[in-house]
Amino acid sequence: MTRLLDVAGLTVAYGGIVAIRGVDMHVDQGELVALIGANGAGKTTTLKALAGMLTPASGSIRYDGVEITGEVSHRLVRRGVALVPEGRGVFARLTVHENLAMGAYIRADRDGIAADLDRVYGLFPRLEERRAQTAGTLSGGEQQMLAIGRAMMCRPRLLLLDEPSMGLAPLMVQKIFEVIAAIAAEGVTILLVEQNARLALQAAARGYVMESGVITLTDSSAALLGSEQVRQAYLGE
Amino acid sequence: MDIFLQQLINGLTLGSVYAVVALGYTMVYGIIQLINFAHGEVVMVGAMVALTVIGALAASGSMPPFLILTAGVLCAVPVCMILGYLLERVAYRPLRGAPRLAPLITAIGVSIILQHVALLIFSRNPRSFPQIVANPVFDIGGASISAVQIAIMLISLAMMAALTFVVYRTRLGMAMRATSENPAVAGLMGIDINRVITFTFVLGAALGAMAGVMVGTYYGIAHYKMGALLGMKAFSAAVLGGIGNLGGAMLGGLLLGVVEALGTGYIGDATDLCNVEWLSTALAERCADQGHMILFGSNYQDVFAFVVLIIVLVFRPSGLLGERVGDRA
Ligand SMILES: Nc1ncnc2c1ncn2[C@@H]1O[C@H](COP(=O)(O)OP(=O)(O)O)[C@@H](O)[C@H]1O
Ligand SMILES: [Mg+2]
Repeated sequence: MTRLLDVAGLTVAYGGIVAIRGVDMHVDQGELVALIGANGAGKTTTLKALAGMLTPASGSIRYDGVEITGEVSHRLVRRGVALVPEGRGVFARLTVHENLAMGAYIRADRDGIAADLDRVYGLFPRLEERRAQTAGTLSGGEQQMLAIGRAMMCRPRLLLLDEPSMGLAPLMVQKIFEVIAAIAAEGVTILLVEQNARLALQAAARGYVMESGVITLTDSSAALLGSEQVRQAYLGE
Repeated sequence: MDIFLQQLINGLTLGSVYAVVALGYTMVYGIIQLINFAHGEVVMVGAMVALTVIGALAASGSMPPFLILTAGVLCAVPVCMILGYLLERVAYRPLRGAPRLAPLITAIGVSIILQHVALLIFSRNPRSFPQIVANPVFDIGGASISAVQIAIMLISLAMMAALTFVVYRTRLGMAMRATSENPAVAGLMGIDINRVITFTFVLGAALGAMAGVMVGTYYGIAHYKMGALLGMKAFSAAVLGGIGNLGGAMLGGLLLGVVEALGTGYIGDATDLCNVEWLSTALAERCADQGHMILFGSNYQDVFAFVVLIIVLVFRPSGLLGERVGDRA
């Protein structure tokens, strides 16, 4: 398998305060990998650095064999790295349709965009019904669908998902995870950040556990689900 | 003469100019939450450049008036666009991450610097608009409207329509709206937000240049200090309409122009103490002598804009069409 993402010694600080330190992780082409950890562990910081929203203090990020450390987000999207940010980050005053169009901002292939739009509306019929509504009027679950759909519109190779289940009703969480599985089945490589460790590890093949800015454990999902440490700290057993 | 209709026409003319200038303030605010106090000076530079060019070409004779006017516009607009670009690049971009007070103070500083640079270049003397084109006056319903007034209203309307089209119907406009709402996420979409910000400044400056040419033509004069008061009023118009909101800037500008004109038209009569019954006996002698005893004359014109602004803000702190501050997370 080829390594799509290879992170070594990644350290990110907010004005002198180190949030993540020496993070090593990798994601292979076509894999779905989970990154779990408590609130404040540094998961969002990690994803933001991978998506070019934060500049690392040190360490390296290689993507598709190329060093991309320090590359800004609007360039990384063009390489196929898409982030669905924590809290969704939909453009509340733009319509559903405009939000999806923003997702395809970097593309010029009209036919391809139209096809992908159909695909997103196929995955989320609710969005098509509300296509002319402003995104701010959507429910939390619909906004999450929109955020994922919008990220799909750039045809990403690496999809970074930051807590897609946050604040959603159980039925909606299930629906979102079905969609994530469907996207993974299409061959999109996914790094999934979740506080809901059980769901994340059930969806992923492998996982990383982060504590206070450091990766403390990594293994197959089955092994992590069985590990005493994970069960006590994250599965509430 | 119908005072109401006349002042309405004058107000709409001036209000169109305020609206176009207010758009420059509101667009920049919408994108980076900066009040670009130097925008009034951009308008002034537009007026000065245009009238200088027009004056020079008119003096040299031979060119048809319409071409002279066009040349004035074609010089003023690019000069202001470059000025807008430089303002953002040199003065504001280095302070992008700084506390909000820093760019604000910078904006005020830049506006003072621009006034003095204009003073050095154009001198203390006002530039006047040479009599090159006839300005026929038409009579409508007891009031008069001049060709220049009609032109100002039509050109402003066209520019507002064009801007609305760009912002709401083009890819770049969509990028502007997305950046205004959430620059970090806009970056994730592949938008180079620096380019969007630059574009916003340049576009606002181009509108400002046109406003400068129009106001210079309307009053027939331009001077290095004209940007201060005009900018202040247009900024008030933007706040009145709800800063950051395009429709608000247009509405606020027109409203301010009309209120100002009507106020000016009526305040003399309204505050004529000789019209007050219980005073008229006491003042009978003076009133008989002078006919009027006016408390506030039309020289209070410039106060109206700000009085209206204060009244509206007391009742609607976010302006007429502005959203509640909480909506702009
Ligand atoms: N913008 C910021 N400025 C300063 N500190 C921050 C900022 N964002 C996050 N942090 C800190 O960095 C650490 C990691 O936060 P985060 O990456 O958001 O964790 P998680 O996503 O795992 O909950 C926390 O201690 C948090 O307080
Ligand atoms: Mg987080």
